[in-house]
Amino acid sequence: MTSQNTNSLRNGPDEHGRFGIYGGRFVAETLMPLILDLEQQYRAAKTDPAYQAELKHLATHYTGRPSPLYFAERLTEHLGGAKVWLKREELNHTGSHKINNCLGQILLAKRMGKSRVIAETGAGQHGVATATVCAKFDLPCTIFMGATDVERQMPNVLRMKMLGAEVRPVTAGAGTLKDAMNEALRDWVTNVESTYYLIGTAAGPHPYPEMVRDFQSVIGTELKEQFREAEGRLPDAVVACVGGGSNAIGTFHAFLDDPEVAIYGAEAGGHGIDVENGHAASMTGGRPGVLHGNRTYLLQDDDGQILEGHSISAGLDYPGVGPEHSYLHDTKRVTYAPITDNEALEAFQLCTRLEGIIPALESAHGLAQVMKLAPRMGKDQSIVLCLSGRGDKDVESVGKYLGLLK
Amino acid sequence: MTTRIDRRFAACKAENRPALVTYVMGGDPDLATGQAILNALPQAGADIVELGMPFSDPMADGVAIQLAGQRALAGGQTVLGVLGMVEEFRRKDDDTPIVLMGYYNPIYNFGVDRFLAAAKQAGVDGLIVVDLPAEEDGELCIPTLTAGLNFIRLTTPTTDDKRLPVVLENTSGFVYHVSMNGVTGSQIKSRGAVGDAVDRIKAHTDLPVAVGFGIKTADDAAEIGRHADGIVVGTVLVDAVGKSLVEGKASDKTVTVVRDIVADLAAGVRRARA
Repeated sequence: MTSQNTNSLRNGPDEHGRFGIYGGRFVAETLMPLILDLEQQYRAAKTDPAYQAELKHLATHYTGRPSPLYFAERLTEHLGGAKVWLKREELNHTGSHKINNCLGQILLAKRMGKSRVIAETGAGQHGVATATVCAKFDLPCTIFMGATDVERQMPNVLRMKMLGAEVRPVTAGAGTLKDAMNEALRDWVTNVESTYYLIGTAAGPHPYPEMVRDFQSVIGTELKEQFREAEGRLPDAVVACVGGGSNAIGTFHAFLDDPEVAIYGAEAGGHGIDVENGHAASMTGGRPGVLHGNRTYLLQDDDGQILEGHSISAGLDYPGVGPEHSYLHDTKRVTYAPITDNEALEAFQLCTRLEGIIPALESAHGLAQVMKLAPRMGKDQSIVLCLSGRGDKDVESVGKYLGLLK
Repeated sequence: MTTRIDRRFAACKAENRPALVTYVMGGDPDLATGQAILNALPQAGADIVELGMPFSDPMADGVAIQLAGQRALAGGQTVLGVLGMVEEFRRKDDDTPIVLMGYYNPIYNFGVDRFLAAAKQAGVDGLIVVDLPAEEDGELCIPTLTAGLNFIRLTTPTTDDKRLPVVLENTSGFVYHVSMNGVTGSQIKSRGAVGDAVDRIKAHTDLPVAVGFGIKTADDAAEIGRHADGIVVGTVLVDAVGKSLVEGKASDKTVTVVRDIVADLAAGVRRARA
């Protein structure tokens, strides 16, 4: 994954798990030996041909990779500028990119001899993917999910339960992803000997941000190859939504050293960046701090207390972001911009009506960014969106917003 | 140069008993009552005070301390407010060591150098910061030692002999051994294992070793205190604060109930080796 070029943006993290000043290992001592062991085991797995072969086999036959790169003709026509392409991660087994990471980590959990898996989830996509791999590999699993999210993502809660997972609603705080992560960390500290914590986003203590990025980088690597086959060159821009940022870093990483490719991350702008505690755009509206094992941009008050944030999308409703994104934000390689709830809803409907593809509300944030960029680009240019997940889980909550339900 | 912490452990050792280390959340349930609780601790029998700095996301704490932190924050507690409590305490007590305990982000946000200068000025003796392992010593531990304050590190059952020297290298004041893998307020599974762990740590360091997590009663204090140089009690105290509230507000029992429990525990540590 690393580049020989010393000026490369793809060499992170350093041996301390840092991307510039971001990242690190800010965890309780109880977890430290385990995290060091995990790093060693991951290094060993990375160079083990048997591990890589098993992962590749699962990606092909279980997930259904490669996911298609699809030219969205009607969206392109409608926006009247650059050609719009969709990297169809929503077609993966379980309906999102999350499975890419879960397969990589469950094989690691097996190698480490762990007998139980825990995970946090926001929208439930990661929870479903975790419950799925735990069913397949016969490991008991407990999913921590904010009580608010349990409410707004009921279809995914049911899927997790049917897959045999225990879903523990977390009522602390606002009952969203941050609170679920706190509770998962508490469980992990208590059951550290037996339990593997399968983190779903490219955040948390080192080596998680690196590991999750590596497992998700298949998105950008495939995309680059597929686009070259289709158009014989690199795309002019790539776009992804950013909550913790796993689909985004997976999409971006292959392009970081290609300066001719503009890279955009769509943060959750909620009710608007000016509304205090009304958004979850940690890079646009936050500042660096330390939470959940890493230093990164965080939404916080003047005294360093973490804010809850808000997004219509449960998967983006998190006051932090993966540390590599913070680094890419500071270095200005990636442009992060907020998308409001309403803009995301509009994009959700447009994609559904024009392409017959119901996107996840998370991915709809990315599409809203595309809708801003494509009309300003030339017709000979191309912009690619990582369509990270499908929107079946959101039809009920979107229906409520649109007044389709009583 | 001896410190308040050194002197206090030496004094307890001279009495052939472990030190009683009491944790309360700074500003729980409100700023005034929190100050009254803090001020009452030494007379009730606390040898060393750990003063909690509330944080919105206390990942290593159980429900009791989570709620205490929420009460303190709702009451308007801040980093400066906690330091102000220490300053106020020091007006009448220049001997009882005070260790601030919390998470890194509020300190990082305040500014490490600014925080250390203010803490020293206020009369703080040491820091315990849960989410800063030895691997991150450059962040706060080294600057704290340079500033002349103690940085007390946690050891846990997962800290094996190979790792102990790494963890102990920059630890000062005392070692806080966490009796179990878990969050604050959990149950101790094996008391025998705690004694073995204390012996194991003492083979690596001359610092006093205090044991915390899961110590709830005077009998626990007496039993664990047989081996340890100090015992740390927190959840029982903040839980008592929570239970003393009437309609969410401090009652006339709030301070006395904490005082009574501390007095009981103080009797416990005094019979540990009797």
